[in-house]
Amino acid sequence: MINLIKKYSRFLPHKFCPGCGNGIILNCFMRAIDQLDIDPNSYLCVSGIGCSSWIPSPYLNLDTFHTVHGRAIAYATGAKVANKKLNVIVFTGDGDGAGIGGNHLIHAARRNINLTVFLINNYIYGMTGGQMAPTTPKNSITSTSVFGSPERPFDLCDLVKSAGATYIARWSVFQPRQLIKSMKEAILHKGFAFIEILSPCPTEFGRRNQLSIKDYLSLFDPKSSREKNKFKTPFGILVKKKSPEFCDILDQIKKIASKKGDI
Amino acid sequence: MLPGKYLVLGDIACAEGAIYAGCKLFAGYPITPATEIAEYLSRRLPEVGGDFLQMEDEIASSAAIIGASWAGVKAMTATSGPGFSLMQENISYAYHTETPIVIVNVQRSGPSTGQATYPAQQEFYQSRYGAHGDYESIVLCPSSVQETFDMTIRSFNLSEQYRIPVILLMDGAIGHMREKLVIPNPKNLNIIRRVYMDDNYTENGLVLPMGKFGSGQKLLITGSAHEISGKRNYTPKVHQSTIKRICSKIQANNDIIEIESFNLDDANTIIISYGVSARPSYGAMLNLRKKGVKIGFIRLKTIWPFPDTLLRNLINNNVHSIFVVEMNNGMAVREVSRVIKNAQVFSISVLGGIIPKIKYITKKVEEIIYD
Repeated sequence: MINLIKKYSRFLPHKFCPGCGNGIILNCFMRAIDQLDIDPNSYLCVSGIGCSSWIPSPYLNLDTFHTVHGRAIAYATGAKVANKKLNVIVFTGDGDGAGIGGNHLIHAARRNINLTVFLINNYIYGMTGGQMAPTTPKNSITSTSVFGSPERPFDLCDLVKSAGATYIARWSVFQPRQLIKSMKEAILHKGFAFIEILSPCPTEFGRRNQLSIKDYLSLFDPKSSREKNKFKTPFGILVKKKSPEFCDILDQIKKIASKKGDI
Repeated sequence: MLPGKYLVLGDIACAEGAIYAGCKLFAGYPITPATEIAEYLSRRLPEVGGDFLQMEDEIASSAAIIGASWAGVKAMTATSGPGFSLMQENISYAYHTETPIVIVNVQRSGPSTGQATYPAQQEFYQSRYGAHGDYESIVLCPSSVQETFDMTIRSFNLSEQYRIPVILLMDGAIGHMREKLVIPNPKNLNIIRRVYMDDNYTENGLVLPMGKFGSGQKLLITGSAHEISGKRNYTPKVHQSTIKRICSKIQANNDIIEIESFNLDDANTIIISYGVSARPSYGAMLNLRKKGVKIGFIRLKTIWPFPDTLLRNLINNNVHSIFVVEMNNGMAVREVSRVIKNAQVFSISVLGGIIPKIKYITKKVEEIIYD
């Protein structure tokens, strides 16, 4: 672990709240890239705004690109197309990636561009103080839904599936071994790879909804009974298929077009 | 297009200028009257080994070109008013992270959807103050198809030289006008190459060499307040020095500003204009000269930074009246009034998506000077 920190972290300790899953995700990602035979200089970690966007920036000692709220995938698209050798990893949250940035998420999935998106879903806007998110379960208490959330939440894996993503998985931070394995698969996958990582937010979500970490454990436990698992989320690899990748198609277009170029 | 003479749209001249400037990525979203730039580049960029991206909106377009710029290519987007408004947050990010990109705004008549296919010059201020936060801008404003080509190249050059998003402020008339375009031999074009951190570079303190993703520099790029290294730092001292530096790198360099002047020597009256309205303004000046009015004409080619010093030096004490001709409700006229104190400054403003006629400008000037 110490070697891992020396190798991949810019500074630690991190500033995440006690009980937050972001530290586990940082740990899992370091282990995943350490186990892969890929040049660390080829990684580009793009993030938007929010707690989850702090996982790569500033903690990871790789190229990190901390952009504006919701647009991480759009920034990543430009960088990936400009340099197709980059392994572009997007760290985003449910508010960042599915709220303000939901449009970019579905369009990147539709293009099947070779990006790896880790969307950390904590069911709430944590950094701004616990407001209702597009993933907040119905009737949950947040700082903008004190009478219970009136909205229905997104099922993000279903969303990107119908948009055309070619690798989709869902894990919680309580399944680190599966998560590391899946992260490696997602990075190696050619096409749009999406992992929804369920993570507790004891400070903003747990506190308001009387959820201890123990409650989160049973909430995120795939084996717990349906009544207890009230988020009713299936875990595991949900989609894994081959489909033409966007950057490859762009290269083919260049080959056809370059035959008639004049400067 | 090979070097030679052509009859093309202003939008095509802009797109071809980008190719000659070395642009390798364009990301955009369809919008009148800028669409031809995207259409043309979707065909032209792959021919020269570049990429064209049609993004889901203008926000994504501006985001993608910033990402591409950090990945090491020259990148551009083109839009019009509504799309330009959407881009502002990312433009602010580009100012703070000092990212060289080119944003073309082919202005149409607003507010909102306005007269979508008609020209205007209503983003005179938005192109300077549209994004949030403190920064200095470079905004160039062409008056002809040829100048659109030249200024697109200059926009790329300035963006690389000063590590700044440069805005090329066209208008629907220039974009949709067919005129002669002479493309020179690429050998005779001055194309500025990006300076990277690993190149032999003597730092002048204001413009820092740039990093590039994927080259092992372990870059830390953030829009949060940061030290030069990219490390977040919210202390007043650090952020103050960042803002001072990104502003003074533009303020300290007078070579950014270009203007064109005619018949100023004996003039006691001057017309100032820019963009497409500069064309009839020049005609009105010639018209009035024939009638014996001692009138001169100044055309602003760089509208931001505003040419304060240059105008003060050019406009001497004999000048008693200045007319600012523009296709908005009077924007540049405010800047001219701020700069020139010893002459009366009048606005000749044209609204409704039309280009002022020579006759109209002549009449307006005569109304006031013979009053």
